[in-house]
Amino acid sequence: MSGIFEYNGGSIVGMKGKNCIAVACDRRFGQQMSTITTNYQKVFKIQDNILLALSGLNTDIHTFYALMEKEINLYNLKENRKMKPTTFANLVASALYERRFGPFFVTPIVAGLENGKPILATYDSIGCKSDLDDFQVGGTGGNYIYGACEAFFKPDMSPEELEEVIGQSLVSGCDRDALSGWGGVVYVLTEQKITVKILKTKQT
Amino acid sequence: MQYFENYLQSKGGYDYTNVKRNEIMKAQGFKEMGFTKTGTTIVGVIFDGGVVMAADTRATAGSIVADKNCEKLHTLAPNIWAAGAGTAADLHHQCAHFNAKLKLQRLNLNRQSRVNEVITKLTTKLFPYRGHIGVALIIGGIDCNGPQLASVSPHGNYVYHPFQSMGSGSLAALGILEAKYQDGLTKQQAIELAIEAIEAGIFHDMGSGSNVDVVAITKDGVDYKRNIRSYNAKSHQKQIPYVFPINNTPALRKYQFDIEKQELSEIGQEMEIVE
Repeated sequence: MSGIFEYNGGSIVGMKGKNCIAVACDRRFGQQMSTITTNYQKVFKIQDNILLALSGLNTDIHTFYALMEKEINLYNLKENRKMKPTTFANLVASALYERRFGPFFVTPIVAGLENGKPILATYDSIGCKSDLDDFQVGGTGGNYIYGACEAFFKPDMSPEELEEVIGQSLVSGCDRDALSGWGGVVYVLTEQKITVKILKTKQT
Repeated sequence: MQYFENYLQSKGGYDYTNVKRNEIMKAQGFKEMGFTKTGTTIVGVIFDGGVVMAADTRATAGSIVADKNCEKLHTLAPNIWAAGAGTAADLHHQCAHFNAKLKLQRLNLNRQSRVNEVITKLTTKLFPYRGHIGVALIIGGIDCNGPQLASVSPHGNYVYHPFQSMGSGSLAALGILEAKYQDGLTKQQAIELAIEAIEAGIFHDMGSGSNVDVVAITKDGVDYKRNIRSYNAKSHQKQIPYVFPINNTPALRKYQFDIEKQELSEIGQEMEIVE
């Protein structure tokens, strides 16, 4: 048997731009070498300015998303205001660290826009938050996407260019990973709108 | 309903609800993924009138560099800093927890935090967890008892010594420290020594790399120099950078969610899929 993180497969990537931020994910849901569906959702809208991308064991993706959804709904009800992306990023880290000795097998990426500034954070499965200035990857194809991102990334890209670069990085990386692929979805978040683009890849 | 009641009763701290499921999965043969470690070089040096601490900035996940410029020097109190090696999540969260705990204590007692308080609190927390909380820290600070430097191991052992190094690059750094440390260094000499020790770790240890961060703590305050030395600049620039034409990546469908109007609409034409 392979590792727990390789059971379902899947890859995610997040990239910062100029006053915009993008996340992309593949669409495969598999059980080891079989593919069950090719339209599995891995990026979730937590709030109008926060997206949560999850990779890892799909059951934990589902559970962790439900947990975060509950947290933000309770927050909205208690505080009667929206949650800031940096607050949500810390919330995810704490929620993961709370289960330090019985972790969720997910590696999340949080993408948000706070006062026009892009916020991008990634975590290992127990809540070590790292917020870098350029891009983050997660999932089985993550290491391959790293290579593509290092080559294609430029700082301060416009939303249209960012959409192209992140899409190409995701597709190039997933082409080298057997457990990811079967399509890709790119989400670009700006102050005015969220654009969702379903990519045409080799097997769709 | 039962779940909600259980949730309300949770008193904080660690949540063990997933442990049984994870044990069963491990018994079935699944291998867990490694956590981000900070395979690190960290050093501390006492000088005449204060403490200098330095660290590299690489965080690894297995053999991949997860973070090229992470911060390993954490504040525990305005006069006490910690440099951490070990499991990155544990370091980050434990340091944040102790920072808050010490702040609360200062508000209650209206007194400056002391280094030996920090050591006692840390070791009494770590020991019961039998080393499972993977934090190896160098604690340095200046208080009413003068400058102090101690190292704490994950099992809860602590050692006071005028110079310390920890992490995977500690042996390389210790070589420099043992050779060049003297009592009664000046602040500048101590900073130079610490940087040299970290450099040894960066170049000789695969788990350490990128840049050097330094913090110098004296009675007058804290001098934090992030990335005082950088060895990891890209050695080449792309001659002709990649420029992707806009709308070049073929899309099956494209949607747009307008935030102000809160409406979802489809934009562009749906592409035909050729069978």
